[in-house]
Amino acid sequence: MVDPDRPPAKDAPSPAPDAPASDAPAKAAPTVPVVAERGAPPPPTGLLGFLVRHQAIVVPLIAVVLAFAIGAILIRAQGFNPTYAYQRLFTHSFLTESGLLATLQKTTPLILVGLAVAIPLKVGLFNIGGQGQLMAGGIGAAWVGYAMRDLPAPLLVIVAVVVAVLFGAMWASIAALLKTTRGVHEVISTIMLNSIAVGIIDWLINGGPLSDPGQPFPASHAVPEAARLDPFGVIPWGLPVALILAVAVAWMLGRTTLGFELQTVGRNKFAAGYAGISTTRTTLIAMAMSGALAGLAGAFELLQIEPWRYQNGIAGSLGFDGITIALLARGNPLGTIPAAILVGAMRAGAPTLQFELGIRPEVVDVLLAITLLMVSLPVIAKWIFRRHTVKQTQLAGSWGA
Amino acid sequence: MTWLQRNKIPAGTALVVLVAAYAFYFANPNIAVSMFSNAWFLAVPLVLGAMVGVIGERSGVVNIGIEGQMLVGAFAGFFAAAATQSVFIGVIAGALSGIAMGAFLAFTTVKGQLDQIIAGVVINIVATGITSFYYESGKTIPRGLPNFDVPLLSKIPLIGPVFFSDGPIALFALVIVIVLHFLLFKTRWGLRTRAVGEYPSAADTAGINVIALRLFNVTMAGTLAGIAGAYLSMEATSTFERGMSSGRGFLALAILIFGAWRPLRALAAALFFGFMSASASQLQASNVVNIPQQFINLLPYVLTLVVLAAAAGRVRAPGAVGQPFVKGD
Repeated sequence: MVDPDRPPAKDAPSPAPDAPASDAPAKAAPTVPVVAERGAPPPPTGLLGFLVRHQAIVVPLIAVVLAFAIGAILIRAQGFNPTYAYQRLFTHSFLTESGLLATLQKTTPLILVGLAVAIPLKVGLFNIGGQGQLMAGGIGAAWVGYAMRDLPAPLLVIVAVVVAVLFGAMWASIAALLKTTRGVHEVISTIMLNSIAVGIIDWLINGGPLSDPGQPFPASHAVPEAARLDPFGVIPWGLPVALILAVAVAWMLGRTTLGFELQTVGRNKFAAGYAGISTTRTTLIAMAMSGALAGLAGAFELLQIEPWRYQNGIAGSLGFDGITIALLARGNPLGTIPAAILVGAMRAGAPTLQFELGIRPEVVDVLLAITLLMVSLPVIAKWIFRRHTVKQTQLAGSWGA
Repeated sequence: MTWLQRNKIPAGTALVVLVAAYAFYFANPNIAVSMFSNAWFLAVPLVLGAMVGVIGERSGVVNIGIEGQMLVGAFAGFFAAAATQSVFIGVIAGALSGIAMGAFLAFTTVKGQLDQIIAGVVINIVATGITSFYYESGKTIPRGLPNFDVPLLSKIPLIGPVFFSDGPIALFALVIVIVLHFLLFKTRWGLRTRAVGEYPSAADTAGINVIALRLFNVTMAGTLAGIAGAYLSMEATSTFERGMSSGRGFLALAILIFGAWRPLRALAAALFFGFMSASASQLQASNVVNIPQQFINLLPYVLTLVVLAAAAGRVRAPGAVGQPFVKGD
């Protein structure tokens, strides 16, 4: 079915400067029509129009619902009642005090690693290295927190956090430098750097210079009382920081020159180059910021959660959850907040599923994986919105050596 | 003669390596055989993984999901073998699960035009989630795939014991590299595949069905990833562990780039990786230098970064790799 008055589709850039192609619906007020592509059909009205304008929210919601439906089938196949399981999971995560604290303690680093994936995504870079950057930050905080244990309380926390941020930024910058100087694709380099971080940290805490010989398993020394960030009630220290940073990143991307440069490079790096924007510089800045955020997540993970020491497994799979969160949020910094709360609740509730119902906690891994699958499949959006679907980021074009 | 002139550097390198290897062999046969065997033992999954990448990228599809495809192959193979008590059925199951994973990548990226990198990352995360959820401890398989000697070829000094006295999948890996090299550069399928990966619109104009060829290639390449997984859980070891592919799928991608998207060079690159790891282990075992075990384990990852940084600019990726093909676009 071709519209008779539809002009021929061309690859020409969007003519309207106020309606950029990729994230117009995220920001545009409902009155501004969505211009997905030149020659696109006129925007629909009514319910479909409402859904199309808000597809940045609608698609992730449908994806989550579908993922939980598929998850329900898997849980049923294991011989459990899925409704009861979900009910227990979320009752524990949101309606009990210890559960809510755990949820928010998970949410804090998750918002930050979500941002750590979302920012490079705007530049057309895919940072898979949130995990390694978070671990680098965590070990940095553990090292300084113990080595400078004589400092007074607020100063010690600040120094530990700053070092963690620097460690994370440094770890991400290795990948950025390899990309800008040698053209090594960031997906491979960040994955390798994740494995390298695991190995180096294992050496550091397992007989290496940071290990605590008094522990029965590989671990660093615990940071002293002064460096520990105890929660206010159920609100962990890092949560307001993470929320402020999410807003700050949204502001930076949407309202500042730097944000404009980052987004321009992400849309078309050749056009950005002609306009005098340095791809090298934006790559380095985006990755350093991303690493800094992941490093900060590592600092919070270490300083606000018992046992306040680095031991294997404290990073969990937070860094990889960041990918799910950023894609659920469709790269929108503010969207990382609800996505992180959802993932945080699922992570915090996983042990309950095991204790109370005997369902393996890995069911949460499967649920998150299916969510990621559902949100990234373009089929879902196409099935609902047909020609009105907004195009997603294209990353693979930069492949190759 | 012209072949030699065109391939002076690779042929020369191969000759130098061969001479050095035999010099080492005559100096100390036992250590040489054990080191080279270990190198090949480590290289087999990397070779198979790199071939998955070669087929995909030569057709224009990046496959970041080799890691996840291998993991599912290892999982499906092992648990099918444990359930049926037959490693043969295990290998078949591994290969079939690889096809399923390949088909997933093919249909989402080629048909659905999902970004290829995102699709690959999704495969990896889904594979990790599914295999750890359905993992059951305490299952065993009767025995791993047995080693056997290939008649005549296994009698060659050094090469025989290293390449021709291994299990069936190791031998298969060696054969598939040569077969794939022939297919890719000497047959109609190969020419079409390369055309589709370099310049799909031109291939389309010439009457090649770009979408169908990409779908077929990426799907079938999954078989090799599944078999690589079966190697990990049934030939190299006789057990399945969570996350047992431990980055080999990504090393395979580095090897593919280092091998300039050519099967034989990728084989050489994989052997180089295997040899570096084997020599590091050997150095540590012989107590020549005291390197912490963690650093030995890190070597392949660091090597990947070094190799990629060095290979950049010297090799060229297929022209259309990473870009979805839309007819008439």
